[in-house]
Amino acid sequence: MLEVKNLHASINNKEILKGINLEIKAGEVHAIMGPNGSGKSTLSAVIAGKEDYEVTAGSIILNGEDLEDLAPEERAHKGVFLSFQYPVEIPGVTVTNFIKTAINESRKAKGLEELPAKDMLKLIREKADLLEIDRKFLSRSLNEGFSGGEKKRNEIFQMAMLEPKLAILDETDSGLDIDALKVVANGVNKLKSKDNAVIVITHYQRLLDYIVPDFVHVLYNGKIVKSGGKELALELEAKGYDWLK
Amino acid sequence: MNKFTEDDLKKELETKEYEYGFYTDIEADKFPVGLNEEVVIAISKKKNEPEWMTLWRLEAFKVWKEMKEPEWANVRYEKPKFQDISYYSAPVQKKQLDSLDQVDPELLKTFAKLGISIDEQKRLSNVAVDIVIDSVSVATTFKKTLNEKGIIFMPISEAIQEHPELVKKYLGTVVPTTDNFYAALNSAVFSDGSFCYIPKGVTCPMELSTYFRINEGGTGQFERTLVIADEGSFVSYLEGCTAPARDENQLHAAVVELIALDDAEIKYSTVQNWFPGDKEGKGGVYNFVTKRGLCEKNAKISWTQVETGSAVTWKYPSCILKGDNSVGEFYSIAVTNNFQQADTGTKMIHLGKNTKSTIISKGISAGHSQNSYRGLVQIGTRAKNARNFSQCDSLLMGDLCGAHTFPYIEVKNKSAQVEHEATTSKIGEDQLFYCNQRGINTEKAIALIVNGFSKEVLNKLPMEFAVEAQKLLEISLEGSVG
Repeated sequence: MLEVKNLHASINNKEILKGINLEIKAGEVHAIMGPNGSGKSTLSAVIAGKEDYEVTAGSIILNGEDLEDLAPEERAHKGVFLSFQYPVEIPGVTVTNFIKTAINESRKAKGLEELPAKDMLKLIREKADLLEIDRKFLSRSLNEGFSGGEKKRNEIFQMAMLEPKLAILDETDSGLDIDALKVVANGVNKLKSKDNAVIVITHYQRLLDYIVPDFVHVLYNGKIVKSGGKELALELEAKGYDWLK
Repeated sequence: MNKFTEDDLKKELETKEYEYGFYTDIEADKFPVGLNEEVVIAISKKKNEPEWMTLWRLEAFKVWKEMKEPEWANVRYEKPKFQDISYYSAPVQKKQLDSLDQVDPELLKTFAKLGISIDEQKRLSNVAVDIVIDSVSVATTFKKTLNEKGIIFMPISEAIQEHPELVKKYLGTVVPTTDNFYAALNSAVFSDGSFCYIPKGVTCPMELSTYFRINEGGTGQFERTLVIADEGSFVSYLEGCTAPARDENQLHAAVVELIALDDAEIKYSTVQNWFPGDKEGKGGVYNFVTKRGLCEKNAKISWTQVETGSAVTWKYPSCILKGDNSVGEFYSIAVTNNFQQADTGTKMIHLGKNTKSTIISKGISAGHSQNSYRGLVQIGTRAKNARNFSQCDSLLMGDLCGAHTFPYIEVKNKSAQVEHEATTSKIGEDQLFYCNQRGINTEKAIALIVNGFSKEVLNKLPMEFAVEAQKLLEISLEGSVG
């Protein structure tokens, strides 16, 4: 599904990623852990194609296709989804209108007709129910005045709607209380399948109690310094990161 | 690389042309350039006007000659040379038209390009249209349906002939000839426009609409609109405007007067899309317009405007809330791109008791443009318990444009409540990336953000035109972020 090879990336001439290698197969859940400033969020932004970062070496291959020349929206059309750590507000644009636009733009890119309003509504209802989202929530302005939990739940709702091949959850647990965390994790688990893959980026092992990873990687100073199974997360929780330096 | 750079965006914008910039090759009956008493008399004569009208014009002309062009607006432009403009231009028509079949086919093609189908389609969407090209009204639809209700909807030139008592009674009562430089000029030389009268207690069954088009080069357009809603009546009125793309600046100085008698309501919507000039700021329409409405007891006037065109806009649709309990509303979206300049807003003059006004202004600036909101809320000494709420929001794109807010508040009655809120925001790269990541490209993302920003005002437009206005916003701003 995803192959990251010797990926180097910098921002304002400062190198953040210093040779990342990562291989993820369909059906797998990978956790990327590491201390602040290790490059976790940069990795997710670079995979999603954020223009502020310059890829200086290496490649990102999604289902056999090099993503280098693709704009962020084209990567999205290929099935890359990023659940943002800090989802932005778009005043006056409802949750429904936003996701409708996103779905139809993706369809357009694939040469499909717009989804008829009736089907769109049905799909929205179905996914909202799956994630236990209140209908009233759908007509609110995107992320405007949302609580931390609502923002993250909305991210997962969008993920449910867009059905990505590769979902990257960037610090989805930050700012969530335990109940909200359970709801969000539950949502992700419901969306997992043998055809898609999930990257969970987190500081803490707490989220991994609910979204259980197949592999855990430790990112430190722009490199993956250790990889292992889910027990690695527990070890990190107990020992901290210092022993890996 | 995968970068959609600013340069790409700029290039895209450059290739984006003003969609309505065509010129229709129809024979025009056009006056030589210049303005003097003879020209004023000639216009009046051309229209077969009664003597009182000719004298009214001459009086206005006399006043205008003594006046100076206003310079207080936050706009910079080369003043029009008033002696270089032709003050009358009309598409030549062979004879009086009995049906649309007899309209010049070139003209009909123009209508089609403008998206106006003067036929069943409009019947379905329930809109009666009056079309003014250059200086004269060329087609009014649905006269019969309206006649049955006693509604008068016709070119003002015809109204002067057929309903002189109404025109004489109301013309110039809300915007007097002496009001300002451009209103005086308009009063002297206006050649057509729309007239509308809704009788007592009648709710107009359809939207009334006027489409204005400047076609000929070197001409000015000076239309005059007079809408009278008699006691307890209701009317929703929409005007749209376009012009060919020309290198020279064209002058448009219109006057619109609304009169809402006791318990009447007028909803007046404008989608202004005059040619804005090219990307270097060359050409474009100077849009210097005076619009004002008078509310009698319990009456309501609501102005909604979507201003995307014109090189320079100077326009303040206002309400005089004379009657007790009367209500004034102003909902505005003003978009400026490239080198456009807009100084627009409203005046809410509270004279009666318990009068209420609402102002929602959304300014969107891109490119090198300057966008100013200028508003006056005035509470008179007798206006007990008057209320006003104003909200002015500005959205900026890029860092070469400007947004300005000039609110004036004058309160002479202690019981008044006046609120003013203002915000300024910028379309952020984070917002764009977020949209991009969800598969929405930058152009579409801007449209989405702008539509969200403008929603409160777009919602006030009649349904049929809200969609058109949304599209217009998209077109006006395509490729404008950087």
